[in-house]
Amino acid sequence: MFDIQTQLFEGQDIRFGPIDHEKDPEIESKWTHDSDFMRMMETMPARPMSAAMIRKQYEKLEKKIEEDKNLYHFMIRAKVDDRLIGTAEVQRIEWANGNGFLRLGIGAAGDRGKGYGTQALRMLLRFAFAELNLFRVSAAVPEYNEAAIALFRKFGFVQEVCRRKSLERDGRRWDLYFFGLLSDEWRNQAQP
Amino acid sequence: MKDLFRGELIRFTFEEPETRAKAEVRWQRDTEFVRLADGDPSHLSSEKKIKEWFDQRSERGPKSERVSFSVRTLEEDKFIGDLGLWIDLIHSEAWVGLGIGEREFWSKGYGTDMMKLCMQYVFTELGVERLSLGLFEYNPRALRSYEKCGFRLEGRSRKEMLREGQRYDSLWMGILREEWLAMQNGDQK
Repeated sequence: MFDIQTQLFEGQDIRFGPIDHEKDPEIESKWTHDSDFMRMMETMPARPMSAAMIRKQYEKLEKKIEEDKNLYHFMIRAKVDDRLIGTAEVQRIEWANGNGFLRLGIGAAGDRGKGYGTQALRMLLRFAFAELNLFRVSAAVPEYNEAAIALFRKFGFVQEVCRRKSLERDGRRWDLYFFGLLSDEWRNQAQP
Repeated sequence: MKDLFRGELIRFTFEEPETRAKAEVRWQRDTEFVRLADGDPSHLSSEKKIKEWFDQRSERGPKSERVSFSVRTLEEDKFIGDLGLWIDLIHSEAWVGLGIGEREFWSKGYGTDMMKLCMQYVFTELGVERLSLGLFEYNPRALRSYEKCGFRLEGRSRKEMLREGQRYDSLWMGILREEWLAMQNGDQK
């Protein structure tokens, strides 16, 4: 299916890259001012963050990656102009069981709905299953994040768990869904 | 008001770091116990290390997002296990994990009694909207106990655990405050 020359970090319109400590903090800071985006990405209360705070977070993240050895983090960049459009992660990896959690976000509203998320998830799955050799991956999605639910379904994820009324937002309670995909299922299906 | 710390078979206490560390050193040697209670690989820590860990927690003082209990039997006043709560105040949810390290107290209703007392604490003292837990497919005894307590199975992460070359599901359960209240009022069994 993929040979040894596969470029894991090159997609059709996007590429995965490392953090750019100079340029990225300002862009991610802008994303945190979009409460809709933050509520899709986080169960923690949304809050605007300065570039300085983001810079500190990057340092913490790189320290965690080095120490815990169970986290892979990528910046998603547009190939055409190399601008930052999102982030992708395999996190909370349990090596003994061969499983991990995926996280994926396209930060700027103008970059959504253009297929970047699909390309990024395709790359992230290839990384998780063909590079990390995981047995399964999971993703947590609040019931109000319809775009994410559609994206994971498109890739054959199974909705395995519905934690009823686990989130409190906008004065009501929402379910939290957990999706799972096994390496066999990924290998034996056509890639969207 | 009801006694928050006394069930039918057990009571909740908070043992001294020395007592807890001594027990933990013995319990972690029981691989079956560890595999039932935890998804991480088994390991052995020294009594000194475990005591330091408990000491640090004592020094930090009570925290609103973390409550743990030691468990003693009423009959013999024997320290048999513990129960921990992780509380998310923002989304009004608590997570529970419990273990009975003394295996002669397995399958005798002690775990169910611990959980019932815990639920009373969670819904009448913490006042959260939801109580959640996770367990493994290879622990049917726990599944039966939690179902008896009123938890609903909310799904399973397929084949998440690898034990002795075989794959098992992780199971996720939850009970809502309104469901627990209805049980107390006798609306449900």
